[in-house]
Amino acid sequence: MVALPSRHKSLVLLAGVIVLQVLMLAVQIKRDSQGRLIRVWTVGAVSPFERAGASTFGSVRDAWRHYFALQNTTKDNEQLRRENDTLKLQLSQLQGKAAEADRLAAVLNFRQSHAEVPMIAARVIGVSAGTASMTIQLDRGERDGIRKDMGVITPDGVVGKVVETYRNEAQVLLLTDKDGGVGAMLAVSRIHGPVGGQGEPLLVMKYVANDDEVSPGERVITSGMDRIFPRDIPVGTVADVKPGNTFKQIRIKPAANLERLEEVLVLKTLRPLETKTEENPADAKPSVPGAATPPPVVRR
Amino acid sequence: MNDAFDIRGESHIEVHKFRAGAIIIATLLALLIQSSFPIHFAKAAVLDLPLLVTIYFGLSRRNPSTGLLLGMFIGLLQDSLSGPTVPLGLYGIAKTIIGYLASSIGARLDTEHPAARFALTFAFFITHQGLIVITRRMLLAQPEPWFNMHLIVAALVNALVAVFLFLLLDRLRKN
Repeated sequence: MVALPSRHKSLVLLAGVIVLQVLMLAVQIKRDSQGRLIRVWTVGAVSPFERAGASTFGSVRDAWRHYFALQNTTKDNEQLRRENDTLKLQLSQLQGKAAEADRLAAVLNFRQSHAEVPMIAARVIGVSAGTASMTIQLDRGERDGIRKDMGVITPDGVVGKVVETYRNEAQVLLLTDKDGGVGAMLAVSRIHGPVGGQGEPLLVMKYVANDDEVSPGERVITSGMDRIFPRDIPVGTVADVKPGNTFKQIRIKPAANLERLEEVLVLKTLRPLETKTEENPADAKPSVPGAATPPPVVRR
Repeated sequence: MNDAFDIRGESHIEVHKFRAGAIIIATLLALLIQSSFPIHFAKAAVLDLPLLVTIYFGLSRRNPSTGLLLGMFIGLLQDSLSGPTVPLGLYGIAKTIIGYLASSIGARLDTEHPAARFALTFAFFITHQGLIVITRRMLLAQPEPWFNMHLIVAALVNALVAVFLFLLLDRLRKN
C-alpha cells in the first residue's frame, strides 16, 4: 500500500471533514432536526458565563457612562476634583442602579396594565454568535414555563418569538432576522400585511397593494392573525413607502430598540389573546375565525 | 511528527507552540465575547472573533490538519450558539476551510508582520463570507447577496482588530 504524502493526508482529512458536515446539513434539512444535543451542551456550557457577564458588564457600563457624563461639569481645583471624582463614581453606580430600577419599573407597569396576558420578565444574557442569524438568549427557559413559539415583547413593542428552549435558557428570533415576522396591520387604515425582517435594522411590510394609501410615520401594530401576539401591540412606524410591481415596498422602523435589549417580556401563552382595547375585556373576540380553540401546546 | 515542517520544505519558518490550554481558553473566550458583547455595543456584532482566533492559530501552528480541525471545532460551536435558524455546519464548513488555508499559507510565508496579518485577515474574512454565501445558496437554497459595501467595511474592521489581537495572542506563545 502506497503511503500518502503529508500534504495529501491533510487534503484527504479536509475533504472528509467537509463531506461530513455537508451530510450533517443534509440530515438537518431532511429531518428538520437541528442537532439539539450539541446545542444543549454548548448553550449549557456558555450560558452561566454569559449570565455572570451580562449582569457584571451592565453595572460597570452604567457606572462608566455616568462617570463620563458628569466629568465635564467639574471645575474645581485638583484636590476637590479628586474628591469629587470619588463621589461621582459612587453616584454613577447608584444612577446605574436607578436606571435599571426605572427599566424594571417600566416592565412591571406594562405587566400590571396587561394583567390579562400572562407574561414573564426575562433578562437578555447573550446574542447570536455570528451575523448569520439575529437571535438573543434569555435567562429563563423551560423551568419557568417558556415554550417554543411564544411571543417576546418590551413595553415599546414586539421583539420576536421563542425559537428554542432549554432548561434555564431560551433563544429568541428577533423580528429583524430574515426568518422573523409578525402578523401586523396599519393602525389608521387597518390594512393587514405580514411584517418581516431582512437581516437589517429596518423591517418590511409585505402584500400591501399599490392602490392602498400608506403614509410615512403611520403606526404599525400587531393584528393578532399570527396566533402568537395579542392585537394592538406596537410593531413600528412606517419609515418609507415606494410603489412596487404589484405591492408597495414598505419599510418599517421597529418600535422596540432591537439593538439594545436588556429586559424583555415573554408572553406565556400560545393562544391568541386580546389586549384590553374594549370596555369589557371579557367581550373581546378572537381576531382569527376559530381562534377561540387554542392550538396544541408545543411540548418536547 | 510535525507535518508543517514536512510540507513547506523550508525549515526556517518557525512553528509556534502555545502554553497549555491557551488555544482552548482563547477559543472559548472569543465565543463568549462574541455572544455577549453586542448586547451592550451593537456595533461589535461586525467583529467575528472566532474567525480571528481560527486564522491566528492556523497561521501560527502551521499544520493544516490541526488548523482545519480547530476551524471545524470553532465553527460548530459558533453554529450551536447562533440559534436554530443556523444549521450546524454553516460556520463549521467555512471555518474548516479557513483553518486549512491559514495553516497552509502560514507554512509557506512569514506571517508575523502586522501588514501581512492585516492583508491576510482581510482576504480570509472575504473568503469566509463567500463560503457562507455559497453554502447558503447551494446547500440550503437560501437567497443571499454575494457582495455589499458592508462586507468590505466589516473585513477592514476585522483586519484592523486582528493586528492588535494577534499581538495580544502572541504573548500566549511558549518562548
